[in-house]
Amino acid sequence: MVGPWAWIRKNFLSNTTNVIITLLACWFIIETVPMLLDWLFFDAAWTAENRDECRAKASGACWAVIGERFSLFTYGFYPIAERWRVNLSFVLMVFALIPILFDRAPLHKYALYIATALPLVAGWLLVGGLGLTPVETDQFGGFMLTLVIGITGIGFSLPLGLLLALGRQSNLRIIQIFSIGFIEFIRGVPLITLLFVASTMLNYFLPPGITFDLLFRVLIMVTLFASAYMAEVIRGGLQAIPKGQFEAADSMGLHYWSSMRLIILPQALKISIPGIVNTYISLYKDTTLVIIIGLLDPLGIGRASLADTRWTGLSNEVYLFVAIFFFISCFAMARYSLYLENKLKTDYRR
Amino acid sequence: MTQKSKLKDEKMSSDSAEYSVIMRGVHKWYGQFHALKNINLNVRSAEKIVICGPSGSGKSTLIRCINRLEEHQKGEIIVDGIEISRDLKNIETVRREVGMVFQHFNLFPHLTVLENCTLAPIWVRKMPLAEANEMAMKYLERVKIPEQANKYPGQLSGGQQQRVAIARSLCMKPRIMLFDEPTSALDPEMIKEVLEVMIQLAGEGITMICVTHEMGFARTVADRVIFMDGGEIVEHNNPDEFFRNPQHERTKLFLSQILNH
Repeated sequence: MVGPWAWIRKNFLSNTTNVIITLLACWFIIETVPMLLDWLFFDAAWTAENRDECRAKASGACWAVIGERFSLFTYGFYPIAERWRVNLSFVLMVFALIPILFDRAPLHKYALYIATALPLVAGWLLVGGLGLTPVETDQFGGFMLTLVIGITGIGFSLPLGLLLALGRQSNLRIIQIFSIGFIEFIRGVPLITLLFVASTMLNYFLPPGITFDLLFRVLIMVTLFASAYMAEVIRGGLQAIPKGQFEAADSMGLHYWSSMRLIILPQALKISIPGIVNTYISLYKDTTLVIIIGLLDPLGIGRASLADTRWTGLSNEVYLFVAIFFFISCFAMARYSLYLENKLKTDYRR
Repeated sequence: MTQKSKLKDEKMSSDSAEYSVIMRGVHKWYGQFHALKNINLNVRSAEKIVICGPSGSGKSTLIRCINRLEEHQKGEIIVDGIEISRDLKNIETVRREVGMVFQHFNLFPHLTVLENCTLAPIWVRKMPLAEANEMAMKYLERVKIPEQANKYPGQLSGGQQQRVAIARSLCMKPRIMLFDEPTSALDPEMIKEVLEVMIQLAGEGITMICVTHEMGFARTVADRVIFMDGGEIVEHNNPDEFFRNPQHERTKLFLSQILNH
C-alpha cells in the first residue's frame, strides 16, 4: 500500500494505543488551535490609539501596542537621526556572518579577518566618535542591545574559553591554578551577582574620576561568565580525544600549538559543537538579565510600555512578541549547529 | 661484562655516527613499578631489530623512550647523536628523524589520507604544499594505496590504515623507524599486506626497531632479535640462533608458547 492513507495508517494508527493517542491529539488540536489563531490573527486589532480602542474593535490580541512601540523595541532610545548607523551595523553583521558561517560562501578565506574587523567597525558605528556623533551607551536598548551583548559574548567567549580549557590542562602549574580558579569562581557565582558587581562595585576598585561605561562593564561580565562555561564544554571535548592522537602528533615533531591547532582542536571542537551552541543560546537568553541593573533590553522596553496608561494590561501581547524574537534567534542557532554537525560528520566515520 | 668487551663497547659507542640508537643503563619507573631495568642496547645504523616478549615486559615502553613518548629516569639515550633529555628542542629534533607506527594506527580522522601524510612535512619541514602532495603520493604508491588518497581514514580497512600510517611516517624521511606492535590490532588476512610493506622497507637501509610477535618477519628481516621479560633484556641474538637455540628458560617458554599456539 502506498499513498497518504498508508502513511497515516503506518504512523498514526498502527495499533490501539496509537489510535487512542492520535484521537486525543486531534481533539486537543481542534480545541486549541482555532482559538489561538483567532486570538492571534483573526480577532486581533492591528491599529489603534490605545487599549480601549482595541477592545472596542476586536476581542483578540491588541497588536497596536507593538506597532506603536516597534522602533522603541528595536532601537531603544538611540537618537532617531542616527538610527541608520544601527541599521548599517546590522546589515554589515549579516554580510559578515555569511562568509564566517558557510565555507562555500565567497570570502570564506578571510573569515578570521572579517570576524576581527566586524566588532571594531560595528562598535565604532554604534558608539560614534572619529567623525560620527557620539551616542551614549545608556541610550542603547531593545533588540539592538540584545544583539550587541549577545554577539559580543558569543564572539569573545569561544576564544577565551578555549584558552581557559587549554590552561586548565597545562603543565605550567601557575597557568593551571589561575584557569581552575577563574572557572570555578565564575561558575560558582550567579550571573546577576556579577552584573551587580559590574554596575556598582567596580567603581570602588577604579581610581576616582575614571568612569567606565556601564554597558562595557556588562559586556565584560557576560563574556567572562560565558567563557567559564565554554571552557568546561571544550575541556570535555579535549578529554574525548584519544591519547594516541596526541602521541601521533608528538612523534612527528609538531610543536604544542601546531598539534593543538591542526589535530586536537579541530576534533575536540567538533565534538563540543552541541555544548558550545547550548552555551551560546543560554548566554543569549541571559542577556535579558541586564534589566535588573537598569539597561533597557526588550523586556525592559516591554515593561515600560505596559506602564503606559494607554496600554496597561497588554502583557500577553508584549511578552509574546519578545518571546518570538528570542525564539527565532535561538532556533536559528540550534539549526546552524545541526547543519555544522552534519557537515563535519562526513569526514569522521569512526 | 669483561674488561675487554667493556672497553670495546665504550669505544664503539663513542662513535655515534655508526650508531642510530644508544641506550646505556636506562631505567624507568611508573610510580613504584620498575618498568625498565638497566637497559643497554646499541643499534647500528641500518640495523633491523625485533623486540619480543610477553605482555607487560616493557618492550613498548623501551621503544617509546627512544622518541620520548615516555620519559626515562636514569641512564642515557642517544638517538642519532643527540642525547634525549628534558630539552624540548632536542626532543623535537629527534622526533623529526624518528618515525613511529602505532598499534592502533593513530591516523587523524578529520583529515584525508593525503592530508595525514602531508601535515608534518608542511608544518614541521616547511615544505610547499605541491611538493608535499607529490611526495605523499609517491609513498602512498609504495604502500600500494594511492587510489585511497582522498578518502578519510574511517573509510579504510585496518590493514589499509596501517599502511597509510607507515606512509605518513615515511613522508618525514626518517632515519629510524619504530614499530610498536604494528600488526597486533589487525585481522589475520590484513597482517600480510602490512608485513610486506615492512619487509620492502627493510631492504632500503633504514634503521628499524620493531616490537612484534610476527616471528616469520623476525626470521626474514631482523639482524638481531631481542627478548624482554620483566623489564629486562633477557637475551639477544641473531634470529637463527635465537630460534634454534634459545639460551634462557624464559625465552624457551615464551617461544614454545607463541610458536605452538
